[in-house]
Amino acid sequence: MKPARIDPPRTEHHNTKDGSARTRTGANPRNASSRPAPGLSAPRLRRALARLPVWAVALAVIAVAAWVVFLADGTPAGPAAEDPGKFLVTVLDAITFAGLLFVAASGFTLIFGLMRTVNMAHGSLFLLAAYLAIRVQEAMVGQSRNIDPAQVGMLDWLVPMLAGAGVAAVAGLAIQQLFLQWNEGQELRQALMTLALTVVLADQMLREFGGLAKTMVWPGAITHFFSVQGERYPVTRLFILGVAVLIGTLLWLWLTRTGMGMVIRAGVDDRQMVRGLGINIKLVFAITFFVGSFLAGVGGVLGASFAGAAPGTDGNWLLNSLVVVIIGGLGSLRGAAAGSLLYGTVVAFSPAYLPSEYSYYAIIMTFVLLALVLAIRPYGLFGRPA
Amino acid sequence: MTARDLLTRNNVLGTALVAVLLLLPNLATAYFVNFVMTQTLILGLAAATVVFLARYGGMTSLAQFLLFGIAGFMFGNAAQETGARGLNLGWHPWAAVAFALVVTAAAAFVLGALASRTTGLYFLMLTMVYAVIGYYVFAQIVEISGPGGLTSIQRPDLLGPPVRLYYAGLGLSVLAYLGFRAVGRTGFGLTLQGVRDDPVRMASLGYNVPLHRTLAFTLAGFVAGAGGLLNVWWNGQIDPASIAIGPTLILLIIAVIGGISSFEGAWLGAFVYVLVFTYLRDLPLIDRIGITEARFNTVIGVIVLLIMMLSPEGLTGIARRLRPALRPRTRTGPDPAAGQAPATRTTEKELGVTRS
Repeated sequence: MKPARIDPPRTEHHNTKDGSARTRTGANPRNASSRPAPGLSAPRLRRALARLPVWAVALAVIAVAAWVVFLADGTPAGPAAEDPGKFLVTVLDAITFAGLLFVAASGFTLIFGLMRTVNMAHGSLFLLAAYLAIRVQEAMVGQSRNIDPAQVGMLDWLVPMLAGAGVAAVAGLAIQQLFLQWNEGQELRQALMTLALTVVLADQMLREFGGLAKTMVWPGAITHFFSVQGERYPVTRLFILGVAVLIGTLLWLWLTRTGMGMVIRAGVDDRQMVRGLGINIKLVFAITFFVGSFLAGVGGVLGASFAGAAPGTDGNWLLNSLVVVIIGGLGSLRGAAAGSLLYGTVVAFSPAYLPSEYSYYAIIMTFVLLALVLAIRPYGLFGRPA
Repeated sequence: MTARDLLTRNNVLGTALVAVLLLLPNLATAYFVNFVMTQTLILGLAAATVVFLARYGGMTSLAQFLLFGIAGFMFGNAAQETGARGLNLGWHPWAAVAFALVVTAAAAFVLGALASRTTGLYFLMLTMVYAVIGYYVFAQIVEISGPGGLTSIQRPDLLGPPVRLYYAGLGLSVLAYLGFRAVGRTGFGLTLQGVRDDPVRMASLGYNVPLHRTLAFTLAGFVAGAGGLLNVWWNGQIDPASIAIGPTLILLIIAVIGGISSFEGAWLGAFVYVLVFTYLRDLPLIDRIGITEARFNTVIGVIVLLIMMLSPEGLTGIARRLRPALRPRTRTGPDPAAGQAPATRTTEKELGVTRS
């Protein structure tokens, strides 16, 4: 979450290379140390080969950029050079969706960073908050269907949001206290237990809230459109981005400028040491889980206002959070931001800039993104081995 | 190894069990054999590949059900002559079988190579992403399936009667059980276990760690593909929903119920799951307390939660723990404890308790 999270320079790679080089020239002991091998020697070739994934990725990025800007004929959006409006809209789509992704994934990565717990119930908390917020909003407006945005004041959105996220936070805290607190360190067991909880929660939510998709209604004050290069663009998406930036800033301030944040960052690096210094790390764990679940809840309410809530939304958003943190690196807030941006870009650009008859293949681009990132950095952009 | 060495209690019990299973079509009802037991064997086969990767490779995979599904889809695409969806290549069934297995193994190789530098939780998450992306691939690409899936897939004539499918499942299961255990004793299997316990040391000894993980994943994918073929013959159809995240979790749950590091547990877990799934809804009392079929997932989830809370080694772990308590006098002294100590340690390793 801080500079400390950046991987140390990978000296071991060079060591092994030097080692193998030495044994190779060592076969001829006379000129082993006196004369370096001329030209493209084996170690240099191997070093060039080791950078092959980087070159491949760079080439792929350039090719994609060229495609989007000049060549993308026959795609829904058309080449960016000819239709800058569509391109700008796609960029906005990417950034705003990245905001939503960041809100959802930041709680996930925060919890993992400190506790090494992969909270597979994250998506369930997301959906729980969404459903509850919709209920509260219906009660506040006094109407259970066909709510018009004009009827919804800003408070009719904010209060349900806080209520839903608050319940998700309490539920997350309960999960942590009941199921995860006593088996700390047994990561896989914890992951499987939260998976089982996901199954139970999904089933119970289906019982309570039914199988039909529901939507949270945006307040009328922000349901406008503005114009970008001749294209209409909804203000609500910018609102999502604003909330995401606000949350990101608050999290950053919390982690870097407060005593509690300092303890959390120390705990990320060395839990035993923090404990040894007499800090009540159990309390810190509980608070972190509370905050992480709260963030899942905020993401859920934003997501429900943006695209609705239905059974299966929990799995989708667990997947989204997983993709973001796998790309960005588990436990790193910067990684979550970078992963959200990359994933959001792919999600927004691939339907717009794939040839129309291949739009179905958009999902494969997500996989390609994962493959490219993992080929260079197996633990994500800002991650390090668990 | 003499005949006397082979005559251990476990071997005798195993052989007796297989003999009973061979005779089962004469003993039990057709429904039990063709529905409950065939499904158990198919799911057990798939779960055994999860166990194989967890036990020897330290990799908990959620992608096995995807590979299971890939084989089914590929067979359907290659073997069908006419149909609303799919490629309808109309090949000979056994050519389609070979095609399906080759494609599944190739997919497993690529996915495994991509995941081979990660372990533990990262591997779990990455394979979960594979599973969901795979679901979308089959749900969205209409050329090979589309959301409706492939229907009325015929099985090869050789496996026409349902009982033969049961025997095929039994044969493959026995083969997979013996094969996986044998692989664990080969040089490859021993290296794999070394990689599981200390990848850094194995790498510095000159072993290619990612390659071993990739090959293990490919082997597991191949076997899962064989199970997937049985599954598609048993169902007669396959759709993307059957490889969605729900069934994927069910497979992991089966492996967990049985005990994720025990091969016997794979089939035991599948049996328990299918039994609960088939018969629980018929119990008279269950309806009263609100656990009907619709709430079945709650029951399964709570069962898994309880098992994970009580014993992360699953039912086989519980049985292993109860055994000394039930038979305190048959063996005395530190013998069982001494025999158990290393086993418990590996299990902890397999369960991801690697952090210091």
